[in-house]
Amino acid sequence: MFSPSDILTIPLADWVNSLVRDWLVPNFRPFFRSLQWPITQVLNGLDGFLNAVPMLLFTAVLAFIAWRTAGRGVAIFTLIALAFIDMIGLWPETMTTLSMVITSVLFCTVIGIPVGILAAGSDRFQAVLRPVLDIMQTIPSFVYLVPIVMLFGVGMVPGIIATIIFALPPIVRLTNLGIRNVREDLVEAAQSFGSTRWQMLWDVQFPLALRTIMAGLNQTLMLALSMVVIAALIGAGGLGLTVFTGLGRLDVGGATAGGVGIVLLAIILDRITQSLGEPARMKKTSLRATFANLFSSARATRAKEA
Amino acid sequence: MQDRTNIKVEARSIFKVFGQKPDEALGLLRDGQTKEEIFAATGNTIGVQDASFEVGEGQIFVVMGLSGSGKSTLVRMINGLIAPTSGQMLIDGTDVANCAPKVLRDVRRSKIAMVFQHFALFPHMTVADNVSYGLKIKGIGADERRRKAEEALAQVSLGAYADSYPDELSGGMQQRVGLARGLASEAEILLMDEPFSALDPLIRRDMQEELLELQRSLKKTIIFITHDLNEALILGDRIAIMKDGRFVQVGTAEEIVDRPADDYVAAFTSDIDRSRVFTAGSVAAPAEALDIRTDTAETAIARMEALGRDALHVTEGDAILGIVAYRDLSASLRENGGALQDALVTDFPKVGRTTQLFELYPLAESGLPIAVTDRKGKLMGVVAPQDVFAKLATPVAA
Repeated sequence: MFSPSDILTIPLADWVNSLVRDWLVPNFRPFFRSLQWPITQVLNGLDGFLNAVPMLLFTAVLAFIAWRTAGRGVAIFTLIALAFIDMIGLWPETMTTLSMVITSVLFCTVIGIPVGILAAGSDRFQAVLRPVLDIMQTIPSFVYLVPIVMLFGVGMVPGIIATIIFALPPIVRLTNLGIRNVREDLVEAAQSFGSTRWQMLWDVQFPLALRTIMAGLNQTLMLALSMVVIAALIGAGGLGLTVFTGLGRLDVGGATAGGVGIVLLAIILDRITQSLGEPARMKKTSLRATFANLFSSARATRAKEA
Repeated sequence: MQDRTNIKVEARSIFKVFGQKPDEALGLLRDGQTKEEIFAATGNTIGVQDASFEVGEGQIFVVMGLSGSGKSTLVRMINGLIAPTSGQMLIDGTDVANCAPKVLRDVRRSKIAMVFQHFALFPHMTVADNVSYGLKIKGIGADERRRKAEEALAQVSLGAYADSYPDELSGGMQQRVGLARGLASEAEILLMDEPFSALDPLIRRDMQEELLELQRSLKKTIIFITHDLNEALILGDRIAIMKDGRFVQVGTAEEIVDRPADDYVAAFTSDIDRSRVFTAGSVAAPAEALDIRTDTAETAIARMEALGRDALHVTEGDAILGIVAYRDLSASLRENGGALQDALVTDFPKVGRTTQLFELYPLAESGLPIAVTDRKGKLMGVVAPQDVFAKLATPVAA
């Protein structure tokens, strides 16, 4: 039977190998290494801080934040969930994971919001950006773990870089969408009074797009959390490592404990960031509603991981 | 027509083409092709073609047209929200169609404010912050902004709502906020893009009257866009009727209703309330009066017959004493060879020049001619009752 490969075979794998192994790595490894510096600084600071803060103090502060932003129900849930994590003996791992996730989300925000704003201002840039974001979202993360290890080595920071690649698209997309969806006549009104571009962005477009941008932040955060196990493959620690180790040793209990920790952390962060995007006038979530949401939320998180 | 120094806004041959090949479309347009032909040939839409107008200080210039006639595009070219394809737009002599972005921004900050059809209030700001937005852009401090916002809100009688949010107000109130935002910036030119179209008819009437009331004290230069001819006739010092991006007719309310330029305008004016457009002055016949000192009953009868009138006013100097009717005069002449004095009726209808026709209905019932007087009471003209109704009848198209 004839097939096209009888005429021509394309050695794609060899090409990529020679591109990455023989050209990119020897020439640019120092450059990529230097990119790690800011991430390392933020991560080390945050990890050291979170692990140094006493468990009870941290729990109280996070519960207070939850209470102020998302209401009483979420605050009570936060107290119970964090106490439970401490009781199953995963507190330090949870803090490490949290510092990883916060670092990733911080860099996603710093990169993603300006890129989203630029995309909202230029149709051409948006047209270029869209396929890039599509690739970032669809390409299996294992594919880019290999070059990341070759360029950055193993450890926490390469794990965070992989997480940033995976979690960046939603905040870019939703910043772009949010700013484009600001009502045309409001933009015209701002223009007609003589706003500069910066004044318009700051006073009108950004505040009005904030809900959508916060939804993007929430999605980015959830994606970052779903990467913690995969990041553990290349040497990141925390709850992901607990799950990964459990997998390696067929220790179903350990893997479950780590998984529960991730889910609880996800629920707390999800509820808090979701409520940040809601208008201040309608912020009331009862404890019952929180528990009622619990299962649908856990399912959603799992669906994203799959 | 106007003093050149008082022209605030002047458009010189403004064209706007939407699409990829504006120059080609303009060329075809100059060759006399229609909007449809040009769209078929180039895919470009003619927004506005060859619009020229002048608006003097303190005038209300109304641009009236149906949707798609280019009126919203036209008003957006006055403050540069849309750039014309060709032509000049002079604001106090500055051509905003061809200037640096910084110049345009300064014109917008200091000279022009705009009021929008759907209010365009910023939902995340309080009413006071909305009203003072233009001042914030100019870098004016918070205290002064607050003071001016409160002043502007007081002008539209919304002083109590400074700290509310726009979505807490009704549509009419929101548009008052929109108007206050335009007033607070202290711009002399106010662009109003169908500001009352989104409001209920009753509230619309109130807002129209309120605008006229405000205008009496503020004397802004207003360019007002509407699709409602009645609104145009009520508000406009001058009215431009727009169709397919072109001015079909520009003139005062009376000119447009009385002498429509073509069938299109005539179709519009056919069902408007003419009694609110025309004034007593427009139907008055020249003043003819008898003088109490020189005229007698005989000369009076002779004058009436010569003029073909049933009654004449009697004056003494500039004062009107009353009116004598032919019927009364001839009766008294037969009975007692009486004087002019005996037939004089001192209770006669009297109006000013600018009184609108609908106010003449009850006066016309007496059957006597209505005296049109100037401010001092001097007789300027006479309106015969039948002339009132003749003017109201729509001219039938020949």
